[in-house]
Amino acid sequence: MRTRQMPIDMHKIQRYYHHKDFRKPSHSHAGNGVVTEPRKRGSREIKIVRRVLDVNDAIAQQNRDLFAEKGVFVINVMSSPGSGKTAILVKTLSHITQKIRCAVIVGDICTSNDADRLAGFGAPVVQVNTDAFGGDCHLAAHVIKTAVNNFNLDEIDLLIVENLGNLVCPAEFDMGENLRIVVLSVTEGEDKPLKYPLMFRVCDAALLNKIDLLPHLDYDRKTAVRNILQVKPGMPVFEISAKTEEGFNPWIEWLIQKLHDIKLYP
Amino acid sequence: MHEMGIAMQIVEIAIASIPADLENARIDRVNLKVGKLAAVVPESLHFCFQIAAQDTPLYQADLHIEEIPVVAKCADCHVEWTVLEPVFKCGQCSSGSVEIISGRELDIISIEVVDEDTTDAD
Repeated sequence: MRTRQMPIDMHKIQRYYHHKDFRKPSHSHAGNGVVTEPRKRGSREIKIVRRVLDVNDAIAQQNRDLFAEKGVFVINVMSSPGSGKTAILVKTLSHITQKIRCAVIVGDICTSNDADRLAGFGAPVVQVNTDAFGGDCHLAAHVIKTAVNNFNLDEIDLLIVENLGNLVCPAEFDMGENLRIVVLSVTEGEDKPLKYPLMFRVCDAALLNKIDLLPHLDYDRKTAVRNILQVKPGMPVFEISAKTEEGFNPWIEWLIQKLHDIKLYP
Repeated sequence: MHEMGIAMQIVEIAIASIPADLENARIDRVNLKVGKLAAVVPESLHFCFQIAAQDTPLYQADLHIEEIPVVAKCADCHVEWTVLEPVFKCGQCSSGSVEIISGRELDIISIEVVDEDTTDAD
């Protein structure tokens, strides 16, 4: 049942608390936004009002500041597993690395297969395996902060982050990126945007991939696009094939225009 | 899928919020607001919280989750509505300029602390 299926590392949690003397906080929160209410019969409510992920948000902001200082434009590419993120990035790199200095961070739970596929375009690639962090289902800001130490940011214009295949969790974690791209492929259901609205809400553009397969599928691309636009009206949707490169030019032009708009060539 | 990480973060924040003057404090309730659009499943979070709270001052704590509805506001005609289906388009003027007013919360609101020494004295 559910309890047996949960991939929880009890040892990790026990290690996590092993060194903590939780009864003696190391610092006081007086004057730190925490209000203590009058005690009532040995119990009292302490107001906190804090975002649970504020630690991630704070690191994301540090990343954002660093990227701005170094003039690095960052995109976060997200999708379900198998939608073609890596194939799209391979083709995207082949189009732009002549003009734009790129670097890539690839997140996976295991293996360096994606990094291997992305190597060879003159762009440095760093593979992050999240099993070292407990098999996380997304890349969080601290992972990016560490991973960028592998690059000389002064020599990079565009940093592409390929997130883990997952339409749920990555949507919740800011990494300090400039743009979020969601990939949906025509072998998935047209209703994916309605099933995972947060992901499509937080993204700035959608790539509808594998359109070369449309002749073999009962897929209604108009419905898919309509569903995307119901969740995020006005979002640019690029219908592409990473295999044949059909539809790639508008996507590449849009991406380069965003670089122009936001920072590279004022 | 990341509820365990969130549960651990809740435990961490709760422990750091125990006032320093309480020697033997135990937290018996954590009040949380979770928006319906947040990528969190309350049932999973409850389960993970029980595990994350073990061997901490939260070991007996209830996690109380208040679910917050998704409320949107049209940037053009300023009408507000509760979003029940994943359609973010103004029903009044059909504008797509929609602001999410609530529904993305993942906030720890308060903790309720019992001072074991004081309880004993009562």
